[in-house]
Amino acid sequence: MRFSGLRVLKEGLTGNKGWRPHWRDPAPKPEYDLVIIGGGGHGLSTAYYLARDHGLTNVAVLERGYIGGGNIGRNTTIVRANYFLQGNSEFYSHSLKLWEGLEEDLNYNVMHSQRGILNLFHSDGQRDAAARRGNMMLSQGDDAILLGREELRAKVPFLNFDDQRFPLYGALYHPRGGTARHDAVAWGYARGADSRGVDLIQNCEVTGIDVENGRVTGVQTVRGPIRAKKVAMVAAGRSSQVAAMAGMRLPIESHILQAFVTEGLKPVIDHVITFGMGHFYISQSDKGGLVFGGDLDFYASYAARGNLPKVEHVMEAGMALMPMIGKARVLRSWGGIMDMSPDGSPIIDRTHIDGLYVNCGWNYGGFKAVPASGNVFAHLLATDQYHPAATRFRLDRFRTGRGILDEEGTGSQHNLH
Amino acid sequence: MRITCPHCGDRDSREFSYKGHALALERPAPDAGAEAWDDYVHLRENPAGETRDLWHHHFGCGAWLVVTRNTLTHDVLGCELASEARR
Repeated sequence: MRFSGLRVLKEGLTGNKGWRPHWRDPAPKPEYDLVIIGGGGHGLSTAYYLARDHGLTNVAVLERGYIGGGNIGRNTTIVRANYFLQGNSEFYSHSLKLWEGLEEDLNYNVMHSQRGILNLFHSDGQRDAAARRGNMMLSQGDDAILLGREELRAKVPFLNFDDQRFPLYGALYHPRGGTARHDAVAWGYARGADSRGVDLIQNCEVTGIDVENGRVTGVQTVRGPIRAKKVAMVAAGRSSQVAAMAGMRLPIESHILQAFVTEGLKPVIDHVITFGMGHFYISQSDKGGLVFGGDLDFYASYAARGNLPKVEHVMEAGMALMPMIGKARVLRSWGGIMDMSPDGSPIIDRTHIDGLYVNCGWNYGGFKAVPASGNVFAHLLATDQYHPAATRFRLDRFRTGRGILDEEGTGSQHNLH
Repeated sequence: MRITCPHCGDRDSREFSYKGHALALERPAPDAGAEAWDDYVHLRENPAGETRDLWHHHFGCGAWLVVTRNTLTHDVLGCELASEARR
């Protein structure tokens, strides 16, 4: 089933009776070439690129709940390529390019909106750091523009320019950054993988990983055992529990990150705005809700909800930056479970077990990475070679100390990134 | 979330700052080797359920505490001084 304007018109005129489910609901087969544990954004995009780029379709994606029910269905939807360190910058640049062709590729409207991102700064020192970051983004081939105070005011006049503690000196503007509709990203990849023959198996929790003589042979699930030549663990949020089934301890601590949505409003915020000093960022969804969030609650948690001190902090930061936000009423809040790695960067690698691979440690930056993460992970799974855009996300970098990707320079503590 | 500090009693969690798993108390010997140090600094059991972690009573008595907590429910199950938990 192809989507097109003509199709929408035809269905509209004939009572919308022609639409069909976007993917099948198959039972698991006893054996696959490759099994992906985790049907979130990263698992689905991995399956899609395995089929599209490598012709591997005897593949199953095993999802404990339902497709799109994890962090891919609950995040603040920001897409950007404004990283500084080599290792990160080429990867996120690769991802942004995939985003820019994603809707045509998937024949699916993921509502990718390149509305631009504004990273605010408040001092001469921060301006220097922003200029340096901007130059690194330009040298990567992406876009960055340093805005002064009055240029910033012309774009976002509603900010509080006279805040005493954090006066606005300007912003680093990333015009190709923006947002996308998170659910549609999961659905588009699911539909694309399924239509190429990948089995998406929901309500299929993995309960064990079978390893014989140092080689993976399959998985145990609540729907029976499944044999597989290769197994890919892509379960950010539950990475540690999945890896424990293979007897592994990962350099991951799970933390909680809260986000908030207001009632729908007329368009008031045209960009994504980040207020790093207040740990606050905001954008407006196409439905009209203001979508905003802050920093971690800072303690390890799988509760998928946070506590009130962080709620208060985020609301205060929002009020300090844009007092007009006080008129909006918050509809709901939620807490996502974040795989926090010791350097704030992800892991996409083999493990010490033959045929077992891991993709985890997305901290709070996983959404924008969904296309590239699947793309480079599929490359690794299919060819056993690292993709040129992801050569540095090694699992052993913490043990060896080589290639640490600490973008913020905050050290090895998991909750400081 | 409230934590009962052995010195100060029942207090709001915002008086405390979080360090990480109480594994931090089990510092290896300087010559224990790269694997032991990697395990100590980076690798985590990261349980979904009961855990023991290290908190600092930052805006209180300044003591380091080992808090037993459930990461799925945020229930605080116990709290002792790190200096005593260590023995």
